[in-house]
Amino acid sequence: MMKVEDAKVEAGPDIFSVEDLRIEAQIGGRWAEIVKGISFQLKRGEVLGLVGESGAGKSTIGLAALGNVKQGCRIAGGRVSFRGQDLFASPENIRRKLRGTRIAYVAQSAAASFNPAKRLMDQVTEAAVKRGGQSKAEAKRNACRLFRALQLPDPEIFGDRYPHQVSGGQLQRAMAAMALICEPDLIVFDEPTTALDVTTQVEVLMAVRNAIETFGVAAIYITHDLAIVAQMADRIAVLRYGEIVEQGPTNQILENPRHSYTRSLWAVREILTEPSQKTRTLLRVDRVSAFYGLLQVLDDVSLEIGRAETVALVGESGSGKSTLGRLIAGLKEPESGSVTFDGVSCPPSVSTRSKELLRRIQIIYQSADTALNPRHTVRKIIGRPLSFYHGATGENREARIGELLKLVELDPAFADRLPGQLSGGQRQRVAIARALAANPELIVCDEITSALDQIVQADILKMLVSLQEKLGISYLFITHDIATVKAIANHVVVMHRGQIVEQGPKADVLSPPHPEYTQLLLSSVPEMTSGWLDKVISDRRKLAAA
Amino acid sequence: MKSAYSPIFRLIAGRLALGILSLVIVSLVIFLAVSMLPGDFATATLGRSATPETVAAFRERLGLDLPWYLRYFAWLGHAIAGDFGQSFSGRPVGQIIGPRLLNTLYLAALTALVAVPLAVGLGIVAALYRNRLPDRMLSAASLASISVPDFFFAYVLMLLLAINLGLFPTLASIRPSMGWDDKLYRMALPVLTLTLVILAHMMRNTRAAIISIMSRPFIEMAKLKGESPFSIVVHHALPNAIGPIASVVAINLAYLVAGVVVIEVVFVYPGIGQTMVDAVRNRDIPVIQACALIFSVTYILLNMIADIVSIVSNPRLLHAR
Repeated sequence: MMKVEDAKVEAGPDIFSVEDLRIEAQIGGRWAEIVKGISFQLKRGEVLGLVGESGAGKSTIGLAALGNVKQGCRIAGGRVSFRGQDLFASPENIRRKLRGTRIAYVAQSAAASFNPAKRLMDQVTEAAVKRGGQSKAEAKRNACRLFRALQLPDPEIFGDRYPHQVSGGQLQRAMAAMALICEPDLIVFDEPTTALDVTTQVEVLMAVRNAIETFGVAAIYITHDLAIVAQMADRIAVLRYGEIVEQGPTNQILENPRHSYTRSLWAVREILTEPSQKTRTLLRVDRVSAFYGLLQVLDDVSLEIGRAETVALVGESGSGKSTLGRLIAGLKEPESGSVTFDGVSCPPSVSTRSKELLRRIQIIYQSADTALNPRHTVRKIIGRPLSFYHGATGENREARIGELLKLVELDPAFADRLPGQLSGGQRQRVAIARALAANPELIVCDEITSALDQIVQADILKMLVSLQEKLGISYLFITHDIATVKAIANHVVVMHRGQIVEQGPKADVLSPPHPEYTQLLLSSVPEMTSGWLDKVISDRRKLAAA
Repeated sequence: MKSAYSPIFRLIAGRLALGILSLVIVSLVIFLAVSMLPGDFATATLGRSATPETVAAFRERLGLDLPWYLRYFAWLGHAIAGDFGQSFSGRPVGQIIGPRLLNTLYLAALTALVAVPLAVGLGIVAALYRNRLPDRMLSAASLASISVPDFFFAYVLMLLLAINLGLFPTLASIRPSMGWDDKLYRMALPVLTLTLVILAHMMRNTRAAIISIMSRPFIEMAKLKGESPFSIVVHHALPNAIGPIASVVAINLAYLVAGVVVIEVVFVYPGIGQTMVDAVRNRDIPVIQACALIFSVTYILLNMIADIVSIVSNPRLLHAR
């Protein structure tokens, strides 16, 4: 049953190995082990996938592969060897010479990892010219060749641009070019497509995969998404709390995981809501258009949300889905069209809406880090809407805060904490409790699980479903993640460039035939089978040829 | 290509327009504030024994009897043409201020030449060795220098370098007839004092601007590309910190022109600050107004330049998408 994936990898000595690596971090003044005795080996041309939730130690291990530890961390034991050389036993200047030339790094957010003040070409060729022994002209030629290989537009002049002048997907490929310029032996990819839209992600994955194959480099591919690692890696190591839970060839991990934790990593793909019966309409958006300056972001958009129904709004970033959410919540005024809530027309802006209407429509944001005041305790955060909308005071208010925390599955003792003392998932639960404090009938959820790990995401989605059953709330669930849509939506609305491409019951929208854009979106969602990317690549080539 | 650059022209034109508007407002404020100064030039000049008729005639001759707005527009119109009018003492204001202003600019330029590169350099060193010994020493020294008043520095340096060691003259009374080397020699102490006064502020801001950039992901990326700490600070962080550094430099340069009265008095340096103090003492309104206007122009001009530098140093603004 187990295919020998390693067949295409040259037999030969390991070019890179990690033995019993231990890394400690300073947490609250004490040293705590965050990487607890990790070992793995890589041969030339081999790709190892490191999977796990955030905090599992993936990035820490990725950085250690470059002989680097984050500030506040230290190596507590073990070896990281590159071609037999112990990196952490070598002086910093030796490690610096290897970085960027022999061992390269591709960071998660290319938009943040390129220097905004320098042209792309200068950044891509920097290591090659300074330490890789290439002349400026030679490095430029190599960069142009890589830009072409990575299918960047206008490869000859692409490098003359500044980072803000190109798109996120292009930047991510430019970063791959920067990593490949010295033809390194090892590349560490740290979540290179997490910040991208699904449709863009596929292009970057293809480009990266081709590059790895063409140049025969070994790679460590870090991600929290098993479906992606399935496409990229020869072997997978599943990490949890700084330990390798399970390691083996890709097919074996996917088809026959030995550890229950590995299975739970795709938990979110396994929740399923029942298809809903048609309910009474709660909110109607009728032929709405909106602009930012001269830029039209919503073009003649209409949709309905029923009571106790979940409508998923899907699309790439920039498709106008968040604007629509803000418009419903009264945070953005439409140019034309109307919003009707419970049969009554809504004033366009929060400042003209009644307090009662404000109470009935709440909004939750993607990033609870920035949506919660870091200097307010959880009690204050949840207590304010209780006082504002319901005039709750004293014991009454205190009791309600406790109830709300229990409702979002948090210990009432959390009331005294500050947001900084909570995990990402807990913070998002507090943000949900704050919305629930108003007793709303509709909650606009703007990408509220996008920043969370798979497992935490699954728990929060389950909780939202059960809250809906208990309280009869409707959700407008804005997301770019099809797995989330499959998990919780009753009704799906697909947006592209400010227009609605398709809408209908989940089963109809997710099954063929599809309009062209929905087809592209759905076919871009990575699947858990290891041959998926190859199939997408060949399908698209056929399509392009036809 | 022109259309791609037009946003930046709009931004710069906007800054220029704002600068001019501030100048007009400031000139009005100066004019009104000076008009409200207690005391009257006519009575002050003619003495207490002058008859009301003589005072009135004298006021009429100087145009002091006209309504304030007429006097304002006349003054502003002439000032724009470079004519600051007659001082009450009879000499043209331009003649009184001109050479003094040149002296002040000379002192300011010399100090800037020493202080700005030094401050930026030390700021880079402090950022490079953040929280290590060189940074701690620089930070302690700069704190000390910020807390000490400028005249105290002047006297301490005078005592140490001029009186005890005899390296420099105590007074910086330069004359137009001196050669440049003699001038330099006499100006050494005021330049040194002023450098110490403005160095700390610029250095700390340079350090802070660089350090705030150092936490950005592209700095980590540069490190993972194998860049040395020096190259990271100078080639990767510094280009992104030009804007904030330019604005703190501008404030300090403006201080060198408009705020050095005390130092000029201590070293008996014939600059514009002294001129203004004398003019205030003599109620010589045209001179006061001219000085104040020059100071404001300096502040506004330098800040405008800093704004434009920070716009031009930002590729996001310079190169449209």
